[in-house]
Amino acid sequence: MIQFDAVHKRFPNGTTAVHDLSLEMPEGGVTVLVGSSGCGKTTTLRMINRMIDPTSGVIKVGGKDVTRQDAAELRRSIGYVIQQSGLFPHRTVLDNIATVPLLLGHGRKKARARAAELLETVGLAADAGKRYPHQLSGGQQQRVGVARALAADPPVLLMDEPFGAVDPVVRTQLQDELLRLQKELNKTIVFVTHDIDEAVRLGDRIAIFRTGGHLVQCAAPAELLARPADDFVADFLGAERGLKLLSLKTLADVPQGPAPEGGSWTLVLDEARKPLRWAAKDAEIPVRPLRDGDSLLAALDESVASPTGLITRVDADGVLTGVSSRDDIHIHAGRAHAEARSHTVTEAAA
Amino acid sequence: MSVDWSWIGDHTDDLTSLTFSHLQAALTAVFFGLLISLPLAVVAHRIRPLRGFLLGLSNVLFTIPSIAIFVLLLPISGLTRTTTVIGLTVYTLVVLLRNTVEGLDSVPAKTKEAAKAMGTRPLRTLLTVELPLALPVIMAGVRIATVMSISLVSVATYIGDGGLGQLFTDGFQRDFPTPVIVGVVLTLLLAVVADAALVGLQYVLTPWKRRRA
Repeated sequence: MIQFDAVHKRFPNGTTAVHDLSLEMPEGGVTVLVGSSGCGKTTTLRMINRMIDPTSGVIKVGGKDVTRQDAAELRRSIGYVIQQSGLFPHRTVLDNIATVPLLLGHGRKKARARAAELLETVGLAADAGKRYPHQLSGGQQQRVGVARALAADPPVLLMDEPFGAVDPVVRTQLQDELLRLQKELNKTIVFVTHDIDEAVRLGDRIAIFRTGGHLVQCAAPAELLARPADDFVADFLGAERGLKLLSLKTLADVPQGPAPEGGSWTLVLDEARKPLRWAAKDAEIPVRPLRDGDSLLAALDESVASPTGLITRVDADGVLTGVSSRDDIHIHAGRAHAEARSHTVTEAAA
Repeated sequence: MSVDWSWIGDHTDDLTSLTFSHLQAALTAVFFGLLISLPLAVVAHRIRPLRGFLLGLSNVLFTIPSIAIFVLLLPISGLTRTTTVIGLTVYTLVVLLRNTVEGLDSVPAKTKEAAKAMGTRPLRTLLTVELPLALPVIMAGVRIATVMSISLVSVATYIGDGGLGQLFTDGFQRDFPTPVIVGVVLTLLLAVVADAALVGLQYVLTPWKRRRA
């Protein structure tokens, strides 16, 4: 666990980057620090591994005050994924990943073996290890950055806008990979971004910062979206925050029935009973089948696009299991909102 | 002006030893130049106020006429190889110091920050990250300093050294052009070969620069 207790950071030029911050980042969870530029989120992150030291207040990692530890040794025990990867251009991918194990004196052979293992963990081919960073794509470089941070198996991982410089498609892939990795590894992750959608996707908890280094609200994504603390948070979450809340809920509980027959629109299936398209007498519309793990937001989107207001549901193999109506989706969407609101109330009462 | 080929044939041993002596003087000067430039460049790179002073000093040293340097050194090191090397070393500083400082400046801040964030201490960062990344710019300086030193060695003929430069005085004194021509050609060849060797060395030392994607 990472604890901030009344932490204040004022830079020599007089600007206050972080103002009286008290915050706990739970063990094994992803805490996302979010806010516009200059709000102190990156400074907060960098105080954890002493890239910056606080002006006053105490920061503890695993119960130990960070300023009482040797800075270099502390940093080796904390993974750090830097903006735009920050890889060493003169070292091969494998040696980049092996950086911290080598600093810890693990020996070149052992460090490289561990690095090769991590290549696979982050989804890179083994032959990428012999290459130099400039020979990889931006997305691959980010993966190497993550592998390098994981190399010494640190309990804490700091990520400073790690996916900011890659295109949206690759960013989504990298986010998925991170969520998959996190399920396996259970690290305590602190993640800085200015992208609220990224925060909602990745965070177990989201801390929203306002200019001047003020923490405005720290809560689980659903709670934040349902009950923003003030107008600033509401504005930051955006006009579609109701829809964003739906992105956190899955479709699994929404009831489904058999596909309609004899109406003006028919669902066309292939031999394996996989949905192909909606067809009418003189029109065809593509269908996007959804699985139980897909979000209510995706379901709502599809129900609006579908001519019948129905979404088609499939199992893991893509075989049709049934359809759900727009009304059922709406009812569940409303229920999700009510639930998020009531959770907030009970937590506040407790 | 014709070349007396038989003179060359009769003096191959002398020519060989003069060539090696010439090369040795130049390379020794570059070696000591680097030895002095590296720590000074690190200081100039890290401590801003000292940068102007150190670079300015190397410029001023460069403007001292070479003969004057040798004369000034005579009471200290006499008519020796040491005097030659010290003189040449002073001249290499102007290129080596400037290029090493610029090389260190060229290392991306992001990369240094990554090294720090991984838990690398400053000295190790300098040796394993900053200097390797500065190498292409430093090597550009080493190449200039080497070629410059090879051409300057001849001046030390005035103090009885000077490698191939001795061929020039020999030729002038006897009004016999062959040694002068041979001296010029050998000096040029030496410069070209040394430069090519340094290009090769840089290729070996910077594997990451080779296969551009």
